[in-house]
Amino acid sequence: MNLQRPGQGDGDLLRVEDLSVHFPVMGGGLLPRRIGSVQAVDGVSFSIRRGETFSIVGESGCGKSTTAMAVLRMQAVTSGRIWFDGQDITTWGPDAMRPVRRRIQTIFQDPYASLNPRMKVGAIIAEPLEVHRVGDADARHRRTADLMKLVGLLPDMAERYPHEFSGGQRQRISIARALALEPDLVVCDEAVSALDVSIQAQILNLLMELQERLGLAYLFISHDLSVVRHISDRIAVMYLGRIVETGRRDELFSAPRHPYTQALLASAPSADPALEAARSSVALAGEPPSPRNPPPGCRFHPRCPAAFGPCSSRSPSLVFEGDSAAVACHLFPPQA
Amino acid sequence: MTSLLDVQDLSVVFRTERGALTAVNSVSFDLAAGETLAIVGESGSGKSVTALSLLGLLGEAGRIAGGSIRFDGEDITRPGAGRLREIRGNQIAMIFQEPMSSLNPVLTIGEQVAEPLRLHKGLGRAEAMAAAGDLLERVAIPDARARLADYPHHFSGGMRQRVMIAMALACQPKLIIADEPTTALDVTVQAQILELLKSLTRDLNSAMILITHDLGVVARYADRVAVMYAGRIIESAPARDLFAAPRHPYTIGLMGSTPRLASGPKARLATIPGQPPDLAALPSGCAFAPRCPHARELCLSAPPPVETDAGGRRLACYGHG
Repeated sequence: MNLQRPGQGDGDLLRVEDLSVHFPVMGGGLLPRRIGSVQAVDGVSFSIRRGETFSIVGESGCGKSTTAMAVLRMQAVTSGRIWFDGQDITTWGPDAMRPVRRRIQTIFQDPYASLNPRMKVGAIIAEPLEVHRVGDADARHRRTADLMKLVGLLPDMAERYPHEFSGGQRQRISIARALALEPDLVVCDEAVSALDVSIQAQILNLLMELQERLGLAYLFISHDLSVVRHISDRIAVMYLGRIVETGRRDELFSAPRHPYTQALLASAPSADPALEAARSSVALAGEPPSPRNPPPGCRFHPRCPAAFGPCSSRSPSLVFEGDSAAVACHLFPPQA
Repeated sequence: MTSLLDVQDLSVVFRTERGALTAVNSVSFDLAAGETLAIVGESGSGKSVTALSLLGLLGEAGRIAGGSIRFDGEDITRPGAGRLREIRGNQIAMIFQEPMSSLNPVLTIGEQVAEPLRLHKGLGRAEAMAAAGDLLERVAIPDARARLADYPHHFSGGMRQRVMIAMALACQPKLIIADEPTTALDVTVQAQILELLKSLTRDLNSAMILITHDLGVVARYADRVAVMYAGRIIESAPARDLFAAPRHPYTIGLMGSTPRLASGPKARLATIPGQPPDLAALPSGCAFAPRCPHARELCLSAPPPVETDAGGRRLACYGHG
């Protein structure tokens, strides 16, 4: 097993080690008490280098968004460590987090819900600058205009309200706001999922352009394999709270090893009728079980076409092969 | 061969605060028995309104302003309410995107699946319930008969969509309209549901209209494709031909915008500049002209006529000139 120690990887901007997030399940009568827990995230480890796009892909309830929330420190961590730029920020309070928050920004899925409808767009973009007391009013005004140009909006739109913009333009506003404080890491939680295809393409191109110009790292959370394939350097596939496989984009897509990764790739239709006609039918039966009551052993084993002896009793750990590829599956035991 | 469904010059107008909006504009297409037609387009392109108009489900604000819809030889644009009710659910069935909001939360699954059978086939209560059990089995719901007494909230999203499909197939309709049937589902479940729909429609020789924004779904399941933009069908063709050689600049842009699993590393996507037009302020010429890389004088004058070629492709474009 090849797990780098925190802070040692030269370009590691973010390092997540053995992260778990469990939610209590309350029940009982007049006096609610804890009757169980949902293991939303269970022993997740990964790292993101500067300027890199790392994606977490998985279906609803797999824990990908909860992982992102934990990284943002918007979700309490049950156990594990989060390192940012060499420092363990897992237990830092609001004051200590303040300078870190400047450097980690977010773009959410729904630009309708994440922009204040009563604020003008210029004020929305300038708000992080005000909160962190960056420059004087003039400097902030100039910076806002620059940011709007950077994301492809006209600076004279600053006096308008969010409802006057289309979905794609609103996502540009969210991006401008996220970039205001020159972050190192931007967490994109289903950032293009609500957009029409032609608008989605514009936003994906913009995100890639901004990464090249500004050296941003992205933690990209998505359920859409085509989008993830398009934008990522490295990818982790999550199933029911755990990473089942991770690797460089091309390795993962050309030679997926975990049966769940294989099924996920086989399930996603591709916009090519010849390819589609050649492919066999559905790879996977059943639906993901509830994370409140996960199956014992490998969490995927009840749906796995390749399940055998140990799968129903022992949970496979993530075994690294080389510096980036890892799979958690009894079909690929650790090499002695 | 006569077609099962023949839509000619269909226009649908909605009354809004901002005046009359033409959501569907002179749309023509036909469909043979057993054929699957995908209608693709982005939000506001008119694809769902086209589907709703076939069932007379436009609501208070919308009305068919022109054209005809012939189903099985009969014009169903303005039939009596009774006749439409007879066709709807019996010969034409609809599957919606969100199975939670289309199922009645206070009726059992069995009661809901049995309802169309009692209504259209005149089955008695016990007979209909037995048939409902068979239907749930056909859509591969585990332990189907025992689940007839369950309520919708006992079912997962994928299982609810299976129930919707069972209801749609109850009367062995000649035409099934599926409006984004798997958009709300996870990708592994989406594949199961689409495969199920495909095999069941094949068994019944039912035609299907699949409304979707997902070109991957189109490539896998459609025989023919109609691409809509700002209320019009701008190109339609057999699916293979359309994907192999899209001709309309919007179709080309849409395909270029779609990230593909087979695409190269970090390549930029081809994009369509700008935004879809406001239906209340459409340009006088081709609605796509303001975003079109090939637009010229002629394109701004009047909407281009639809022309059909020998391969069955229909195209509304003045060409690259």
